Amino acid sequence: MTYRDAIREALRKALRADDRVFLMGEDVGRYGGCYAVSKGLLAEFGPERIRDTPLSESAFVGAGIGASLGGMRPIVEIMTCNFSLLALDQIMNNAATLLHMSGGQFNVPVVIRMATGGGRQLAAQHSHSLEGWYAHIPGIKVLTPATLGDAHGMLLTALQDPDPVLIFENALLYNMEGDLPAGAGPVEIERARVRRPGRDVSVITYGNGLWKSLEAAKDLAEKGIEAEVVDLRTLRPLDDRTLVESVSRTHRALIVDEGWRSGGIAAEVSARLLEQALYDLDAPIERLCGAEVPMPYAAHLEKESIPQVATIRAAIEKMVAAHG
Amino acid sequence: MNGVREHRLELLRQMLLIRRFEEKCAELYTQQKIRGFLHLYIGEEAVGVGVHQALTPEDAIVSTYREHGHALARGISPGSVMAEMFGKQEGCSRGRGGSMHLFDAKTRFYGGNAIVGGGLPIAVGLALADKMRGKTRVTACFFGDGAVAEGEFHECMNLASLWKLPVLFVCENNRYAMGTRLDFTHSVTDLTKKAGAYCVPAAAPDGMDVLAVEEAAKSAAEYVRTGKGPFFLECRTYRFRAHSMYDPELYRDKAEVEEWKKRDPIPALIRALESGGKVDAEVAEIEGQTAAEIEQAIAFAEAGTLEPVADLLRFVYSEKAPA
Repeated sequence: MTYRDAIREALRKALRADDRVFLMGEDVGRYGGCYAVSKGLLAEFGPERIRDTPLSESAFVGAGIGASLGGMRPIVEIMTCNFSLLALDQIMNNAATLLHMSGGQFNVPVVIRMATGGGRQLAAQHSHSLEGWYAHIPGIKVLTPATLGDAHGMLLTALQDPDPVLIFENALLYNMEGDLPAGAGPVEIERARVRRPGRDVSVITYGNGLWKSLEAAKDLAEKGIEAEVVDLRTLRPLDDRTLVESVSRTHRALIVDEGWRSGGIAAEVSARLLEQALYDLDAPIERLCGAEVPMPYAAHLEKESIPQVATIRAAIEKMVAAHG
Repeated sequence: MNGVREHRLELLRQMLLIRRFEEKCAELYTQQKIRGFLHLYIGEEAVGVGVHQALTPEDAIVSTYREHGHALARGISPGSVMAEMFGKQEGCSRGRGGSMHLFDAKTRFYGGNAIVGGGLPIAVGLALADKMRGKTRVTACFFGDGAVAEGEFHECMNLASLWKLPVLFVCENNRYAMGTRLDFTHSVTDLTKKAGAYCVPAAAPDGMDVLAVEEAAKSAAEYVRTGKGPFFLECRTYRFRAHSMYDPELYRDKAEVEEWKKRDPIPALIRALESGGKVDAEVAEIEGQTAAEIEQAIAFAEAGTLEPVADLLRFVYSEKAPA
């Protein structure tokens, strides 16, 4: 099965288990979802629960917020995070604030899914990685599933959450093959996870960066360098404890983030490590981030804009060599 | 008919409560008891009071930052509204919202929304939930003429019409988007035509006449409640006071304001009542009761307590277990 199938299975489970759950978004029904995530669900659940919406992100995201206030458990699919900017008012000014502005009276149990990331030569308006940027906003939770188990389980967990949850699915992962663990279901979303243990450096990443980092770590193991790879999983709230524990073992930290460098999630992770683990560090923290440029179309330039296996490998080698 | 007279006196009582409450708010603002932005509804009371006559306790309300009148007409206690503006935890939003963000779960009052147009999608969603759950409730959504220029208005008219959702859209057209007149902001100034473009039926009652608003709202709410889809009510009204307490009102003539004040909905209703005989005694009685109620509200707000600073980070995420 693929990452896409894992999400679809979670949608199916949720739709079967709870008649308050419904899916809405652009092309989710008749088309089957622009990334085919919801393919087949219209036939199974009908147009009341698999709702094709007009191209009006603010209206249908806000309608998801309103429906959740009205007792439903909507899952809103925004085609990509690039278009989520058209609904940013609803996400930031309503979903994230209503509980607070109402003094705790109105919680907003809406789940908003969207594709994220570059790497497919779609240029500057279709390649954003905005998950770190959304993680700036108190009142929402930001999940970045990298594995099939998380893609499946985080959606189920998000539906149990009383507050708004944003799920960012890296579009390059939809075709990734794998297996769902037997009895797969909701997963905890409070903790980061060490995906590969190692002693020499902590590579802290999420989303598609996880797979690139794991590949780099595997390559370097042949050279005797053991990189620990930590999957953040949830960007808000961040799990400081797992990060600090990892760095206290390896004494070096490299953060890999496809988002822009300035003011991004890598900067936040870096600041927290400096606040909480400075004396465990043997070397300066390093960041590999998206280049600070609107994403270029040309393949060679796009490749250069995003951290790649080779650049991750080189960064680790340099850190270990310089401070070995 | 006594029933009619009593009902009209009740409408008068509700409008007077809003008027006197807000006059006091303006005073309290100058005394710095109320801070932040304060947008007064004075002049527009007939709209909120008239529309609320068409709503039941099960219906929902989504409002704007000029929502004191809606909140009082909905039956939220003047004390909890005043305490909110005083920033006290006894306020209807625990002092977290202030004048622009009054909320009340008991009366399904989903807030003053201070982003122009930002409440419309929420109203559409509340109505969607009702429709999907088979409930015959109405969501009344208030907004101004300014919101009609926002993309969210057009997105929401389309979606509500497409899905035949039970939303009563109430446009309080007070002719100014903050300080810019309708004809400087709209290519088509008959706003009902915009509803028509989405096949949403519309009516435009005189927003200075509470009886006209009530009649139009009742028939509109009936249409919505019986599952026919959304309805657009454009109430043509006027704001007698400045946009907010910061507004020097350089954009409109004093003469224009005075002209509209001749159509003040409160004296207009008193005149309508007088056609059935003198009402001086009743009006005096209402004024007395209203003044006492407002004094109690202020006393309640004054006696209110400040939320402990240690609680600052509450209400960012839910404290209760998921439903």
